[in-house]
Amino acid sequence: MKPCPKSNSNRTEPLLRVTGLSKQYLQQRTFARTEFTVSAFQDVDLALFRGRTLALVGESGAGKSSLARCIALLERPSSGQIELEGQYLLAVDRKALFPIRRRIQMTFQDPASALNPGLSACEIIAEPLAIQREGTKLQRRERALELMEQVGLDAKWERKLPLAFSGGQRQRLVIARALALRPSVLILDEALSNLDAANQSLILELLAELQISHSLAYLYISHDLRLVSQFADEVAVMYQGRIVEHKQVHELLAAPEHSYTKELLATVRSVESILLERSA
Amino acid sequence: MKYFARRLFHATLLLVAVSIFSFAILQLAPGDFFSPMRLNPQISSRTITGLRSQYGLDRSLPVRYAHWLHGVLKGDLGPSLAYNSPVAPLLGVRARNTLLLTGTAMLLAWLIAIPLGMWSAVHRGKWGDRAAGAVTSGLLTVPDLVLFLVLLLVAVRTGWFPTGGMVSAAFSDLNMWNKVKDIAAHLFLPALGLAIATLPPLVRHVRSAVIEVLEAPFIRAARAHGIAERRVLFRYALPVAANPLISLFGLSVATMLSASLLVEVVLSWPGIGPLLVDAILAKDVYVVIGTVMLSSVFLVAGNLFADLLLFAADPRMRVE
Repeated sequence: MKPCPKSNSNRTEPLLRVTGLSKQYLQQRTFARTEFTVSAFQDVDLALFRGRTLALVGESGAGKSSLARCIALLERPSSGQIELEGQYLLAVDRKALFPIRRRIQMTFQDPASALNPGLSACEIIAEPLAIQREGTKLQRRERALELMEQVGLDAKWERKLPLAFSGGQRQRLVIARALALRPSVLILDEALSNLDAANQSLILELLAELQISHSLAYLYISHDLRLVSQFADEVAVMYQGRIVEHKQVHELLAAPEHSYTKELLATVRSVESILLERSA
Repeated sequence: MKYFARRLFHATLLLVAVSIFSFAILQLAPGDFFSPMRLNPQISSRTITGLRSQYGLDRSLPVRYAHWLHGVLKGDLGPSLAYNSPVAPLLGVRARNTLLLTGTAMLLAWLIAIPLGMWSAVHRGKWGDRAAGAVTSGLLTVPDLVLFLVLLLVAVRTGWFPTGGMVSAAFSDLNMWNKVKDIAAHLFLPALGLAIATLPPLVRHVRSAVIEVLEAPFIRAARAHGIAERRVLFRYALPVAANPLISLFGLSVATMLSASLLVEVVLSWPGIGPLLVDAILAKDVYVVIGTVMLSSVFLVAGNLFADLLLFAADPRMRVE
């Protein structure tokens, strides 16, 4: 796998800042009226910079996806602040939030279920533009075809349905759709975990190129520290709903502090050593 | 085109199988239409033998089946022994009445099930959804016969609706508008009963299909683009949730037909239900077979229609 280029953009002013963000879900016991809260994540502080990638790693159920949904404004956090270029998003009313949504986009783990099965490739990419009432139908189609080319999909496949594409091609479609609104922040929720190694490498390259050309800030959510080490600039380790460690990638790999991070790295290293032994 | 040809071929095979099965089952039943005549001393056994021979009841099953099939290909469903007339025109009038009843009931059931199921899905877990769930569960536990008898009782006690037949005695004297109103008044109770009997599973299926789609990541993506909730529901969730519902539509034709036989008998609607019951009791074989075949044709046509709808609604079905 090729190492991905990393941008050296100015880090002083964060594009998106998350401060003290927490999310609790209200649950009800079956056959009982008593309600109780389940905490998904607590007191999360993060900052995303233009042209840089922050990876969020942690075990299943650590709260990574819930955090991603809150940052993408799909769910309202219980407390805390989300600030996009100085604007406090949680203070904005629903109507005013509509144009802001285009600036934070998200891709999903399973590209098969992330695409509307009844729409063609072109319609899928043009869909966010239609929702945001941007351009005429013809302009939206032109933009969709342009994006298809950008993500490495042949424009002549515009009428194909998602089921006619392979897993890697579907993920490219998902990325093209997320880019349609020219976002500043792209949240990649386990975007590569359903792909084989060859496709992972190709999509990583594509994401790195797009990051440079569109000055995107990525929040890359993953279980895979191996991919994170190649792709991200910083890593935040999430454990039981809290960020337990947040460092530059090379610092974290060299000197992990939290016991969970050490455990995670040890697992990756033991897998790598097994693979090396087998190949030898 | 291949898809339709294949479906049509399967449907034809099914109808042939149903006809063979019906003939075989009726052959197993003891006696025939003329058996009760043997108890009448005024009718000689030679007369009875002659009548059985006239209607072909003395021939072997394969010969009778081949003869019937030959007639069916020419549009002749055989003779009715009880009515002493051909079966086809007899069934034609009854089939029209049954179609009117089941068509109206099905329209009513789906018109209630789709908005109610969608509303329940959107308000999942809230008191309204729970109340709708309790009502549909309650209705599921009520046997159809009890439901129809309760409706009949309400109609008799209140006098708001006519309780039998399809038209009033003075129907022929009415003008066109009043004729329509008269039929609608007679239709209301059986159609309502049939719709209520079919409604619970439909509401539950619509609810679960919409819930499943509303949780899909592509809906989450649309929300991230800023789509309005109403548009999510009608433009995105419903078309995708429609697939299992269209298949369910085909299946609901079967439920509707079996329930319609009962409602027609209980509420005296002149459809194929009462005709079938009378024909079974009288062992009027060709009417029984004709009625069974007609029900099967309705069922197959309903499923074929559902397949066509699915083909039209889902572009994935059109991908080679």
